[in-house]
Amino acid sequence: MALGLIFPTEGEVEVLGQPVFQGQGPRDRALRSVGALIEEPGFWTHLSGPRNLEYFARTAGPADDRRARLGRVDDVLRTVGLEQAGGKRVKAYSQGMRQRLGIAQALLGKPNVLVLDEPTNGLDPQGMREIRTLLRRLADDGVTVFVSSHLLTEVEAMCDRVGVLARGRLVAEGPPSELRSSGNLLRIEVDDRARAEEILRRVEGVELDGSGTAQLRLRLAPPATAAGVNAALVAGGVAVSALVPEHESLEDVFVSLVEGEETPR
Amino acid sequence: MFRVEVARAFRRPRTYVLGALLAGVAILPSIVLATSSGQSGGPPFFEQLRTNGLFGGLAAVGLIVPFFLPLGAGLLSGESVASEASSGTLRYLLVRPVGRVRLVLHKYAAVMTLLVLAVAWVAFAGLVAGGIAFGYGRFPTLSGDEISAVMALVRIIGAVVYVAVGVTGLAAIGVFFSTLTDSGVGAAIATVAIAIISQILDGLSSLHAIHPYLLTHQWLAFADLFRSPIAWDAMRQGVLLQIGYVAVFLAAALAVFTRKDVTS
Repeated sequence: MALGLIFPTEGEVEVLGQPVFQGQGPRDRALRSVGALIEEPGFWTHLSGPRNLEYFARTAGPADDRRARLGRVDDVLRTVGLEQAGGKRVKAYSQGMRQRLGIAQALLGKPNVLVLDEPTNGLDPQGMREIRTLLRRLADDGVTVFVSSHLLTEVEAMCDRVGVLARGRLVAEGPPSELRSSGNLLRIEVDDRARAEEILRRVEGVELDGSGTAQLRLRLAPPATAAGVNAALVAGGVAVSALVPEHESLEDVFVSLVEGEETPR
Repeated sequence: MFRVEVARAFRRPRTYVLGALLAGVAILPSIVLATSSGQSGGPPFFEQLRTNGLFGGLAAVGLIVPFFLPLGAGLLSGESVASEASSGTLRYLLVRPVGRVRLVLHKYAAVMTLLVLAVAWVAFAGLVAGGIAFGYGRFPTLSGDEISAVMALVRIIGAVVYVAVGVTGLAAIGVFFSTLTDSGVGAAIATVAIAIISQILDGLSSLHAIHPYLLTHQWLAFADLFRSPIAWDAMRQGVLLQIGYVAVFLAAALAVFTRKDVTS
C-alpha cells in the first residue's frame, strides 16, 4: 500500500511527506525516491541481469533520472556482488543470485527509502551477512531501510527500530533493546528443586516462569536481584550449581505480544 | 516503456520463430501455385497470383487475416499486462514508478507496433516469393483495367495499413482481458475466442442485422483498394468500427487497471 500497489479502503499514506494516493489512483512522485523488493524479485528471465536492470532503468521517469539509473547499473551489480554473473540469463540464476539482483534493482534509483520484504531470503549465511552489512552501510548513509522479516535474529542484528504487527495492527514499536525487557530472566540449577521453589515463593519480586528437571526459570522484578536469590537459596540449604542471567529474545517478545493480541477480549 | 517493450520482444527467440512461421505461411501460395497446375480456387487473390507476383503479397496477407492475425493479436495483447503480473515484474514496474495509464497505453502501442511489423513482414515475404515464382508486371485490378506495378505496390502498402488498423480493436480487447487476470495464456485464448465467435456470427446470414457491428466484419475489405476507382465505403466503415472498439475496450482496460490491487 505504501508503494501504491494496493488501495487503502480509508485513510492516507505518505512517503517522505508525499501522498502516495491522490484522488483515484497512485501518484508517481512519491515513489521516485523509493526502492523496493517485495516478496520475491521479479525479472524477465530470458534476459541477463544487467539487461533487466537496463530495462527497468529505461521504462519511465524524466530523461535525466533514466540516464542516472542506466549509469548506475554496473555500480549496483558490484554492490550486491553480481558483477561476475553478467552475461547469464536470469533463468540460470540461483535463488540467492536473484535475490541479490532484486536488491540491486531496488538500489538503482539511489533511493531515500528502501522497502525490503525478506531481503535475505534464499541467501547463504555469508550472503546474509553481506546484505546485512550493506543495509547497515546504506542506513548509515542516511537511507531509511524498511525491512519486513520473520527471521527475528536477523531483525535483532540489524534494526534500529522494530515494529510488531499482529492482525494488521501495530502492537509494539521501539528499539529492539527496549522491546525486550533485558536482564530480568534468571535460569538456575539446583540440587533440590522442590525446596528451592518453596524458598523462592517467599522472596519478594520473584516469579516462577517454568521449570525443567533440575532447572528453574525465574522472572525478577524489583526489589529481587540475582544475588539476593542466590543468598536466599544458600541460606535455605539448597546447593546452587548454576545461576545464569538470560536475555529475553525478540522471539519471546513477539510471541507474547501476538498471543496477547489473539486472545479474544 | 514503449521502446523497452519493443526492444524486449526482439530479444526473445520466440519472436523470430513466429516471424519464420509467418514467412512460411506467406510464401505458401507461391509455392503451391508454382508446383501445381489447373484451377485451385482458394482464398482471395490466389488465382491471380499465377499471372503476377505482386498478388503474392496480397494472397499472403489474405491468408493470415482470418486465423494467424487473430492468433498473433491475441497472444501479444493477452500477454501484455498479465505476463508481467505472472513473472512478478508488474509490481516492480509500478513501483519504478511507471504510471498505470502510461503502462496500459504503452503496452497497447507496443502490441500494435509488433502487429504492424508482422503484417508488413508477411506482405513483404509474399511479394518476394511471388516475384521469384511469377515475376512482376502491370497489375490488373478487380474492375478489369490495369495499374502500374508501382501504383499497385502503393496500394499493397495501403492494404497492410488497413489490415493492421483492422486488428486494433481485437488488440484492445486483448489488453483489456490482460488487465483482468494474471494468466497471459488465458487472456490470449479469450481474445482469440472473441475473434472466432465474431467470424462465426458473421457467417450466419440470419444475423445480418448485427453483421456491420462485428469486429471482424470488414477485415477483408482491403480488397476494395484494388478496384478502380477504389471503393472506400466498406473500409471507412471498418475503420470507424475499430475506432469504436478501441475506445470502449481501452477505456475499460484503464478503468480496471487504475483501480486494481496489484498483489502478484
